[in-house]
Amino acid sequence: MTVRVFVVDDHKLFRSGVRAELSRELEIVGDAGSVEEAVPGILASRPDVVLLDVHMSGGGGRTVIEAVHTARPEVRFLALSVSDAAEDVIGIIRAGARGYVTKSISAEELSSAVRRIHDGDAVFSPRLAGFVLDAFGGEAPQPLDPELDLLSRREREVLRYIARGYTYKEVAHELHISVKTVETHVSAVLRKLQLSNRYELTRWAADRRLV
Amino acid sequence: MAQVNTRERAAERQASRSPLERSRTDRMAAGVAGGIGRHLGVDSNIVRAGFIGLSFAVGFGVVVYLLTWLLAPLEAATAAATPHPRKVRTPTKSQMVGAGLVAVGLVILLWISGLWFGGDLGWPVVLAAIGFAILWARSTDDGSGRWTLSSLGTPLESVVTGEISLPRVAVGSLLILAGMAVFLAANTSLAAAGNMLLAVIVAIGGAALLAGPWVWSMGRALVEERSSRIRSDARAEMAAHLHDSVLQTLALIQRAKAPREMASLARTQERELRAWLYGRAPALAGVRLRDAIDSMAGRIERQHQVSVEAVVVGAAELDDRLRALVNACAEAVANAARHSGSTTISVYVEVEADTISAFVRDQGAGFDPDVVPSDRRGIADSIVGRIERRGGSAHVHSRPGAGTEVVIQLPTAAP
Repeated sequence: MTVRVFVVDDHKLFRSGVRAELSRELEIVGDAGSVEEAVPGILASRPDVVLLDVHMSGGGGRTVIEAVHTARPEVRFLALSVSDAAEDVIGIIRAGARGYVTKSISAEELSSAVRRIHDGDAVFSPRLAGFVLDAFGGEAPQPLDPELDLLSRREREVLRYIARGYTYKEVAHELHISVKTVETHVSAVLRKLQLSNRYELTRWAADRRLV
Repeated sequence: MAQVNTRERAAERQASRSPLERSRTDRMAAGVAGGIGRHLGVDSNIVRAGFIGLSFAVGFGVVVYLLTWLLAPLEAATAAATPHPRKVRTPTKSQMVGAGLVAVGLVILLWISGLWFGGDLGWPVVLAAIGFAILWARSTDDGSGRWTLSSLGTPLESVVTGEISLPRVAVGSLLILAGMAVFLAANTSLAAAGNMLLAVIVAIGGAALLAGPWVWSMGRALVEERSSRIRSDARAEMAAHLHDSVLQTLALIQRAKAPREMASLARTQERELRAWLYGRAPALAGVRLRDAIDSMAGRIERQHQVSVEAVVVGAAELDDRLRALVNACAEAVANAARHSGSTTISVYVEVEADTISAFVRDQGAGFDPDVVPSDRRGIADSIVGRIERRGGSAHVHSRPGAGTEVVIQLPTAAP
């Protein structure tokens, strides 16, 4: 079964480029250049995965996720950006995206990221892993909910390897665990990132603006 | 008031003339004479003499002095620190004659209008002016431009000014009211018919003295706020535009099957533009570890046409030890760029409570550490040696075909 993909980006050139690169392995069911086009387009074409530009005129990626999520909770989002500003990246993940990659990613990496998102896993680029380690770093003065507000030692280890440029497979090899276990850890981190109320998370992202 | 306003407008018209600011350095009391002297390009002592002379005209000089004190901002501290480039002119003969004629004209004007040495108007005006000054003494801070009641720093001023206090407000208001009362008392004999009109005018004048500066400062704060908002809006708009156009294009060039040099150029420009857009000063590269690593990555991307993905977790200020760490990382990255054949090199630096770790990794050719080519031996030594001299450790992990990783660890405190 091929993965059905919808591309949302306000740059036509980028959309057609991605379409050309991915259509060999994945099925592109539609694209949109604005928030207003994207929401009805996604609802109508029922994609598995939406590639979503973080920044767009008319609200950006967050608006799309929020509008689609209530009607079609099964649609998964992978955020694409050139900005790398911490508050944008953390913001779109907290809105519901299951991964974040930069636009300079290679075609092969992009299509494997889409597949991984489709399988229900999270996609962490080294940069996102760094953001998360930084945001959850230091001593939380009083974690309201230790389940959500702190990373486990193992999760921290996995994120460190990802930040160092290791693929999931290489991380599994280094830690003598299965790739599936690595994916479980990363998904757990994603969930914490989305649900934690750790106040530093927001403040940290706003303070940093850019790495 | 009119005089000062005219002068200020003149200053605006004549951009080359230094603005009317009270002097920090050339001052006897509030720096008014020094400031006017500099503004007009005459010796401040001549200005002082003028003020004293005018003061004999029913305190006219005192009024002008106080008004100038209130309206002219104090010059910036930095401007005072460096000697002012503007030279004091000695007045020419015709200027002297001109100034004399103006003074004579003023005296005649005051005389004709019956004000010369007249106590009826003079004392009330002096009283009201002093009250006004006590109420509204201009603040020392140059930034806000608000009218606050704070100390100015010279003995005479600190008597008049001080902390915001009820006594001060009370004394100032009382003096203004007293001025109004004396004026009314002295002028009731003027003309019975004009009394009503006069009382109204005096009341309005008193109200203006009491509240005028506050209204004035509100207006000024509003204008300043609006112009700073316009500036930041313009910057945000430009940032958004650049983000949507140029940054996207640069990302596209990197995606396309462009020649390596071109992709590398695009990446460098993207890095620089992003740094500018999000307000990071290039000078900070010499201060913070994060920025030093970032600028190192940018430099090697330029030199070797590779992509360097740098991630820094935690923050630290640069010192000699961290500079050694950054340099060792630079060696490792350059090494990977030259020998690994990999187009992407990952750099990860983490600052923890007791250790700073750095990892430089490529997924390229790799090598057998036991059979190291001599040129790489030397570089490894320079990385390892550099770090070990500072109490840390550095290791190179590599296998043929499985990439290379250099691991550097440095304790945060010197041994």
